[in-house]
Amino acid sequence: MSRVEFMQGNAACAEGALAAGCRFFGGYPITPSTEIAEAMARRLPKAGGVFISMEDELASIAAVIGAAWTGVRAMTATSGPGFSLMMENIGYAAMTETPCVIVNVQRGGPSTGQPTRAAQGDMLQCRFGSHGDYSIIALTPNSVQETFDLTAKAFDLADRFRVPTFLMTDEIVGHMRERVTIPDAVDITRSSPLAEGSLPFEAGDDGIPGFAPFGSGRAVHVTGLTHDERGYPDTTDPAAHDRLVRRLVAKVESARRAIADYEVTNPDAGTVFVTYGPPSRTVEQVMRDYPDDAVGHLRLRVVWPFPEFALHEFPNAETYIVPELNMGQVVREVERHVDQPVVPLGKIGGELHTPAELVRALEAHR
Amino acid sequence: MRHEVRFSGYGGQGIILSAVILGRAAALYDGKHAVQTQVYGPEARGGASMGQVVIDDRPILYPEVADPDIYAIMSQQGFEKYGVRARPDAVMLLDTDLVRSRPGCRYYEIPATAEAKTVLGREIVANIVMIGALVTSTGIVSREAIERAVLDSVPKGTENLNMKALKRGFELGERVCNL
Repeated sequence: MSRVEFMQGNAACAEGALAAGCRFFGGYPITPSTEIAEAMARRLPKAGGVFISMEDELASIAAVIGAAWTGVRAMTATSGPGFSLMMENIGYAAMTETPCVIVNVQRGGPSTGQPTRAAQGDMLQCRFGSHGDYSIIALTPNSVQETFDLTAKAFDLADRFRVPTFLMTDEIVGHMRERVTIPDAVDITRSSPLAEGSLPFEAGDDGIPGFAPFGSGRAVHVTGLTHDERGYPDTTDPAAHDRLVRRLVAKVESARRAIADYEVTNPDAGTVFVTYGPPSRTVEQVMRDYPDDAVGHLRLRVVWPFPEFALHEFPNAETYIVPELNMGQVVREVERHVDQPVVPLGKIGGELHTPAELVRALEAHR
Repeated sequence: MRHEVRFSGYGGQGIILSAVILGRAAALYDGKHAVQTQVYGPEARGGASMGQVVIDDRPILYPEVADPDIYAIMSQQGFEKYGVRARPDAVMLLDTDLVRSRPGCRYYEIPATAEAKTVLGREIVANIVMIGALVTSTGIVSREAIERAVLDSVPKGTENLNMKALKRGFELGERVCNL
């Protein structure tokens, strides 16, 4: 028996994590993400899990990585300033192929910016914020139900690809309340175990090594230094570094069709909106109020790895319009993958694009 | 049909809870769609507080409230900040004793706080009186739905008090409608 509730996006995030079997949360409260930590603090001990209120965000993500290496599903939740502090260890998670989930309820930045206002200003930081080359997965819900669904899904992706996976939500979706259906159970796919006879960082064609967490009986050396398939540092051999880092990137990027999750509306349209997160709801409103086959919509639920092939599902596209709550971040990906004109429609300050604003943009650019 | 309902008052009156209760009634017990949002600022107890709900028979796409057609205002500051620009065809419920101003739109005076204090003996249920009046004066959700949503939302042991407050609100709402 599933249950139906009227709850906030942040509460649904915690429910999604619990449903997916998350049993560790290490975090430091920060507006507008705090309700996630509050819910996990209440619920995890009763579910046999562990909640630790850490001293800061550097420690939060470090604790999450440590917990993940004991084989439990682990997450943290934060917002802009805390996200910035997590960057170094996010790179460590990528380098050590640690499956973990990081939620960023985005608020206005830079710095402490607008704690109580929505933004999507951390989308490039999420992709590129730690040093060096690596790749990650990022999901972008636009409703409370989707926050539940995509949080649960994030744990599967993190496990399957052994990669830090991000739920990039925002103050609007985090704090709005809507009806949400919480199923009794969600399907769970864990990491493939490390096969007998395989080295701890030896991968097959998919580039993803089997996972042998601490306590599983295999001795695994875990390091952020460039390492060989045994997990031992090999920091000077150019070929060793090239092999490792290219695999870390390729295991995600080469699977982007399998990871992709998007909706296409009116594929024959000439003017195409490309959205993720809450601006998609304004586009949907405009398309309902002014039905027009000449206007299409590509809505991304996975922004990273970027599904460039989805842009080409509109064979008659003449213009792409990209409304996002920043000064133009994901629009750069659109620009580099299509030949047609691309219109950035960045909005900052904390308010969602209004239907009237999008109608004006349509009139100006079609 | 899309309705946008805005509650405003001062922090501590249960303004945001009122919006949550209305949204829950519509979304869980009346088979409608609802999105509840709030002004989420650093306002502490005593400052102007605001919560709002979009209610529609169809799925709600644009989630923000742009121009409410229904208001429930429980403080003068709340009126000045969140009610004064009400559109002419809106309907506004005012707490008679806590709001001095009167809007240009149709309005109903509801002595919610006075009733809570004198008749029910607990000022804290003034918001529930107001919700009751809102439901019978506008028909935005059914009585059954709001009863269930109130019972879901109030602390154990206060159910009777809150049901009494809600019923008193129903009566006040019916009365102003029939004037």
